[in-house]
Amino acid sequence: MLQPRWLPYLLIAPSVAFLAAFFLIPLGQTILLSFDGGQGFSLANYARMAGDLNFPTALRNTFALVAVVIPLQVALALVMGLMLQRMTRGRELVLWIWTIPLGVSDLAAGLVWLAILQDSGYLNTLLFQIGVISGPTAYLNSEAPVALFFAVVLAEIWRATAIVLIILVAGIQIIPKEFGEAADIFGASPWTKFRKITLPLLKPSLQSALILRTVLAFEVFAVVYALGGRNFPIIVGEAYTWQNENQNYGVAAAYAVLVMVISLTATIIYLKALRVDPETQG
Amino acid sequence: MKTLNHLACAAVAAGAILVAPVAKAQDLVFLSTQLRPIDEAQKVREVLLKGAPKTTYVVEEPPQFAVRMKAEQAAGKRTISLMGALHGELQPLVPAGSLDTVDDIAAKLASSGIPAGLMELGKLGTPNQQYIPWMQATYVLVVKKAALPFLPAGADVNALTYEQLTAWGKAIQEKTGQRRIGFPAGPKGLFARFVQGNLVPSYTGSMVTEFRSAAAEKGWADFKALWATVNPNANNYNFMQEPLMAGEVWIAWDHIARVKDALTAEPDQYLVVAPPAGAKGRAYMPVIAGLSIAKDAPNRAQAAAVIEHLLKPATQLAAAQEVGFFPVVDAPLPPDLPAGVKLLADGVAKTQGAKDAIVALLPIGLGDKGGEFNKVYFDTFQRIVLRNEPIRAVLDAQAEILRSLMIQTAAPCWAPDKPSQGACPVT
Repeated sequence: MLQPRWLPYLLIAPSVAFLAAFFLIPLGQTILLSFDGGQGFSLANYARMAGDLNFPTALRNTFALVAVVIPLQVALALVMGLMLQRMTRGRELVLWIWTIPLGVSDLAAGLVWLAILQDSGYLNTLLFQIGVISGPTAYLNSEAPVALFFAVVLAEIWRATAIVLIILVAGIQIIPKEFGEAADIFGASPWTKFRKITLPLLKPSLQSALILRTVLAFEVFAVVYALGGRNFPIIVGEAYTWQNENQNYGVAAAYAVLVMVISLTATIIYLKALRVDPETQG
Repeated sequence: MKTLNHLACAAVAAGAILVAPVAKAQDLVFLSTQLRPIDEAQKVREVLLKGAPKTTYVVEEPPQFAVRMKAEQAAGKRTISLMGALHGELQPLVPAGSLDTVDDIAAKLASSGIPAGLMELGKLGTPNQQYIPWMQATYVLVVKKAALPFLPAGADVNALTYEQLTAWGKAIQEKTGQRRIGFPAGPKGLFARFVQGNLVPSYTGSMVTEFRSAAAEKGWADFKALWATVNPNANNYNFMQEPLMAGEVWIAWDHIARVKDALTAEPDQYLVVAPPAGAKGRAYMPVIAGLSIAKDAPNRAQAAAVIEHLLKPATQLAAAQEVGFFPVVDAPLPPDLPAGVKLLADGVAKTQGAKDAIVALLPIGLGDKGGEFNKVYFDTFQRIVLRNEPIRAVLDAQAEILRSLMIQTAAPCWAPDKPSQGACPVT
């Protein structure tokens, strides 16, 4: 039966309306609010944001986190994905275990790591019992910035590598086996096969995974909030503080717009850098 | 058949859920920014409101409280009748026109023994009563007895100075290898209140006007020395009862309601004393929660009855016992108080009764700029103590921000600053 031409539009209309009502309108309001200085258009909120003592630290911390976490996650997910591909038995079980963190909320993940890493936490208890340390050691305060940074990196990797893994596993599965078999006939090494076949054909999946993860990494909040509190300022954390504690919605909106601009820029960079040829898009 | 029964039960339950809000709408809605944690809210519902007219007690974070009041007003549909909030949270609702005056209730309570000064605060600078004082609290120093052997010679634990507290912290650090003094400087902690209400006025006798004075400079230098003996995790502490109970901290400053659990768990382990004194005296900040009735309240008469119930001496004593806020009415604490609450009551009495006490009130008249006012003090601490910037330069820079904030809000001075004509000056 031939379907009427307007049917697809009708079917997506509710989701479009939903997006407009709960995403586009608040987005527009936030942008307007960020430029509202009390008496009409003004850049006062942005000046206030850029002049705040936590702003440079928040910016630096956020970018440092993204720069360390994303490459590690992609590399890890690639290795895990390729391992899964070679497994013949128990593949589903391993995949299931690896993706458990996906079901854990950000804040809960932060609290789990807090329980491990705080002074009276599991790690200190273990190290004390095997005699490595003589008393509680603090890893999560401003006097140990490097340890705090790596605690956050660790928690983020634990929490959010699974999403990259899922996308890459899906990508690996659709690579035709014939390419690998052909390469075997010509005597290609596993490394050459990875470089010349897997990686290029995985580009569309890598692009999606990178965009998704990077945007989410710039918006990291709950894990840092649980582990570092005020010791590790980040952009979204500052937006929260300005909104909730300082009760200045204008500056909070300026931070929100900043996060959006950074995310959009990152997306455009990935789209350009990892340009996917139409024929590999499937 | 069993399945059918289940279905029927589910349908009845669903129906009950759908109908419940309609039935509830007849009740009095009491919105509070105080006693928010689940266990405290439950105590309000089960203990403090027992015997009062039927009331639905709901809680809200302070920023959302103001937003909700404004939103209801803008929508022209008031659901809340009674409000419980801090002095400084109710204040911005006066210019917004959200409060009904409660002179009639104040008149009825004239003989209840609410101190005249407290009642006057409830007028919020207007000729009429805007709220009825409900409960009071303050910030104290909790000392674990394990710390007492390290107390420096000549120091009286009930009348400490900042220098003595520093020497104490140092002695503990030298003997135990641990920094055991704690402040709630985490994201949800009340550390800004310490700087505003204790540290700065103890050295300057002022919260705002003398912000960048030489006396303030000395205070910050002393505090920087003290911070070297403070537990490095202090920036993550929100409520001090947790680090106290975990044994991480032996000497902690906090709001009495935020140390209560530690004291009730092990009352024989602790002392509660007044906060330390600086050059000008021992500043402390009284916290006053009030009860207000919303303008166009759907249930005004019932709200008035609930206020009268909450101010009965028995209810006030129950509040002290259950949630650690103390009576505003004349209600002598009974001798059989639980040991932890008695410790708190002693601490409050010692703080209020100290010979060199200076009362530093919560910020008043800042409207929705209260958060930014706190930020001035917290940023000053961050820059001087955590980032090691030169004290003079930081005070000068932060004083500029404070001055523009005062001019913007036109808030006149409040105690301990001397009354001002117009905005409170920053000299």
